[in-house]
Amino acid sequence: MGAAELAEGVRAGNRRALARAISHVEADSAIGRELQRRLYRYTGNAQIVGITGSAGAGKSTLVGALAREQRRRERTVGIVAVDPSSPFSHGAILGDRIRMQDLTADGGVFMRSMASRGNLGGLSETATGVADLMDAAGFDVVMIETVGAGQDEVEIATAAQTTVLVTNPGGGDEIQSMKAGLMEVAQILVVNKADLAGADTAMTQLKALLAIADLGAWRPPILKVVAKTGDSVGTLVDHIDEHHAFMRSNEHGDRERRDLARKQIVALTRAALHREALVTANQSGALAALVDEVAGRRRDPRSAAGVLLEAVRREWGAEIASR
Amino acid sequence: MANEQRIRVLIAKPGLDGHDRGAKVVARALRDAGMEVIYTGIRQTPAMIAEAALQEDAQVVGLSILSGAHLELFPRVVDELKQRGVDDVLLFCGGIIPQEDIEKIKAIGFQGVFGPGTNTGDIIEFVKAHAPVRT
Repeated sequence: MGAAELAEGVRAGNRRALARAISHVEADSAIGRELQRRLYRYTGNAQIVGITGSAGAGKSTLVGALAREQRRRERTVGIVAVDPSSPFSHGAILGDRIRMQDLTADGGVFMRSMASRGNLGGLSETATGVADLMDAAGFDVVMIETVGAGQDEVEIATAAQTTVLVTNPGGGDEIQSMKAGLMEVAQILVVNKADLAGADTAMTQLKALLAIADLGAWRPPILKVVAKTGDSVGTLVDHIDEHHAFMRSNEHGDRERRDLARKQIVALTRAALHREALVTANQSGALAALVDEVAGRRRDPRSAAGVLLEAVRREWGAEIASR
Repeated sequence: MANEQRIRVLIAKPGLDGHDRGAKVVARALRDAGMEVIYTGIRQTPAMIAEAALQEDAQVVGLSILSGAHLELFPRVVDELKQRGVDDVLLFCGGIIPQEDIEKIKAIGFQGVFGPGTNTGDIIEFVKAHAPVRT
């Protein structure tokens, strides 16, 4: 199937077309790019919600519970669940469906597992691109679930309109969350597994952290939930709706959208520049020569980088001139 | 890495038996061979397996079964896939499949049948050799 046919299928709600379209966007193929070009104009209708938090915090279980609550409210749900790729084999085991087995049979839910693939600064853009496809396909709510462990993962969360940070009772001291910079990206804070001891202490710690955080017009609510039983998940959906309405109404929302647009353009350009520069550096042989010099301690790495950048600029200049 | 299609494999256990060690061993072996393995867990209905294969756009579907219900469940998985228009996946299976059933299972579209004691290297080789290429 070509891009035109796939785009039509996605718009018509054909699940197989959507699944195949996602594969193309994930692989960053020519068809994938064409699909994004054709479909982006149809995005902007879904509520995009990021779910982040450390491994074992209960994100998948919470996403499942949120999806069930959204379905009770008669909204359709798209889910993008990101799991890490192995840095050694580049393979991955994607197990998020295990917590959402019952949702597979629901025609109003579409879930896609994604491996992080260790790619150069492009992970959050790829996840966002996949979420955009679900948006264009007409899903009311799209959730992006990710391990909030590193910079890339934090970036995915910021790509969502509303980000929910999932923590646990006894889930490490407050300095850990400050280090990760997660407080700054979340608009809603959740203490999951709140039936365990220490939930109130965790609430108090989060409140204390928020008290010293640099906040804008939106005050992040903090709430206790038990994802496994669905306890207070309805209240969480209410908060997500509130934030969504806030983003739609306020002039603040317009600024956020522009910030997000700028961030996406810059990040994609940066990734493309990175890739293309490395290709040029390798092809011209400039890199290989510099590697010899630096390995032999005849030149320092920093000035070698300067020389390489000059070489790349020259190659690109010649290429442009020859066009 | 970016810009490359990885082999995506769905590993599922249809039916009611809960013994998933074999499925997990195969999932790990395929991951270590560089594939992306979607593991769906135990007690899957044929419809759930087919729907997951569709949503995940998996090129390969591997089923593990120890209950003896393979002749009952496998044709239904094939049917559910067909109903959804998923006609270009590589099917393989493992578990306890009696010798006399292997031909029947191959006849409905399972290209690989791997019994107990199979070397995981053989499964990896099989998947790499037969996974359909997506363009």
